[in-house]
Amino acid sequence: MKSAMTDRLDKPALVVAAALVVMAVLPLTWRNDYALSFGINLLQFAVLATAWAMFSGPTRYISLATTAFYGVGAYTVAVLGEQLPWPMVLLTAVALGSLLAWGVGLATLRLSGVYFVIFTFGLAELVKQLVNWYEVNITKTSGRYVFLEITQQAIYWQLLALLALVLLTGWWLRRSRLGLALRVIGEDETAASHLGINITRTKVLLFVVSSGFMTLVGAVIAPRWTYIDPAIVFNPNVSFQVLIMALLGGPGHWLGPLAGVLPLTALFEFLSVNFPNYFSVLLGATFLVIVYLVPGGVMALLQRWTRTRAVTAASKEASKANATALPQGARAEAMR
Amino acid sequence: MLIVEVLVGALTLGGVYALIAMGLTLQYGVARIMNLAHGEVMVAAAFIVYALFSAGVVNPLVAFALALPLGFAFQWGLYKLLLAPLVRRAASPAALEVDSILATFGLLFIIEGLVLVAFGGSYHSYAFLGQAVQIGGTAVAANRLLAAGFAVVICVLVYAVLTYTRWGTAMRALANAPRFAHLVGIDPKSMAALAFALGGALVVGAGVLVSMFVPFSASQGVLFTMKALVIVILGGVGNIMGCLAAAVLLGFVETLVARFVDPGLTLAATFLIFLMVLLFRPRGLFGGRAVR
Repeated sequence: MKSAMTDRLDKPALVVAAALVVMAVLPLTWRNDYALSFGINLLQFAVLATAWAMFSGPTRYISLATTAFYGVGAYTVAVLGEQLPWPMVLLTAVALGSLLAWGVGLATLRLSGVYFVIFTFGLAELVKQLVNWYEVNITKTSGRYVFLEITQQAIYWQLLALLALVLLTGWWLRRSRLGLALRVIGEDETAASHLGINITRTKVLLFVVSSGFMTLVGAVIAPRWTYIDPAIVFNPNVSFQVLIMALLGGPGHWLGPLAGVLPLTALFEFLSVNFPNYFSVLLGATFLVIVYLVPGGVMALLQRWTRTRAVTAASKEASKANATALPQGARAEAMR
Repeated sequence: MLIVEVLVGALTLGGVYALIAMGLTLQYGVARIMNLAHGEVMVAAAFIVYALFSAGVVNPLVAFALALPLGFAFQWGLYKLLLAPLVRRAASPAALEVDSILATFGLLFIIEGLVLVAFGGSYHSYAFLGQAVQIGGTAVAANRLLAAGFAVVICVLVYAVLTYTRWGTAMRALANAPRFAHLVGIDPKSMAALAFALGGALVVGAGVLVSMFVPFSASQGVLFTMKALVIVILGGVGNIMGCLAAAVLLGFVETLVARFVDPGLTLAATFLIFLMVLLFRPRGLFGGRAVR
């Protein structure tokens, strides 16, 4: 079984690795500010969407809080950027983001998905208001300047490195015991708990890892703005865009989100340049089109996504070899 | 006097929250639609009344009377057009939950975007019945009292309809046993549409009331939705009485926090309550049906 899996996954892995190398060399030979800026956008969404799908794909919990972590990362840089060396700043950001994710995860991930959705739905606004409150009342500032000696190219390369790291993590996860446990949980939580998998701990751990990456993206991209305030970095559009991209591409496969990132980053770029006032209306409309009208990609995906959360549907599907192959294989390996 | 001030503030807020949350509990508990655009519809209603009143077209009281039937019709159409297809294609209740969350999340951005285009992002308000009324030695704005009164009347009405009428009993049956309701002659499809529309009418009415006494902005919808969701879970999904109690409780907590701690921390207080519920009473204060 293992060799079959490696064969199936290694070809795309090689293609992705080659693409990453090309993207790393590109800014050296092709100096174009617009292309660089587009590349940064593309990479930031690629990391965010892949990190989002890393958690939401296997667990089927919809997270609406991407921007909460992204903003925590950016704000950490705004506060500590000039006081600590850069790697320390990034480490602090990851620590803060992970701590937040750990708390949210512990509170919500033992319960059914809807509590998690609700909690993450308001989380960005909560963090934004808390940061705002702290800045106004304690530090008496309402915005911060980020003056760091980090070029746009450096941001690009850091994001590229992050993308490589998040893809590697996702790729490794699918082969590890943790990934196996996750797939069993995604297919059937009751079976997973009977196998001795600690469901809550596994989900919380994954949420922490995924959120850590989101926080890092916010931190790495922060020097791109020279001025930061809570309304800028905790922008709900970011959560929404990431959700759209990941769903269009499909969070089930480790490369799925990347497929959604490329066309949608280009589309959103086009929309924000040409229809800046109508951006969120068009964003919403794009999303509705995907939810309703993309029957192959997203609709099949959603059915697969929610199938196992309903016992009736799962038993119906159980007759199909396709549906049983994965949990059986997973079970066999988890029991070893 | 401080007590009167807090009491009136808490009851006004609680009454409006009760309307919004009852709307949500009907939509989620009966119609099974987790509506994340709920608060946006409320804010949009507030802005429409603002525009009409500023142009001298209608008085907010007339608007309130019109808002309930118009809101009902609008939300019924919304359900039939946008959500009924999701209900039809859903393979399971869980699939419908995910689909409805995604679709209404998209709707949220569309409505908020339209309000932003029409009115911009700043806070709006209008002067209507702003004169003070003396209660127990405390000056209270008449519009606030009026809003509180209307909220209480509507809440009592909805409670009575759901408890004592055949129609309301059918809705509660659908909320409690969605798979068996059809066995006693309830048509789940049309009943779900009616429940969704009724919930929608309540939130549109709440929007009109809110516009009378507090400034509102385009981005506030998320906050109202969040608070309504917390109230619904606190009261137990589909539990109308629990919903009313939880709304008043949240109204009190927010008023106290705003008055004695800091107005900037009211959302944090809401989240703290939510956190407590998640940790200790995930089925709600009154131990209602589990959310699944």
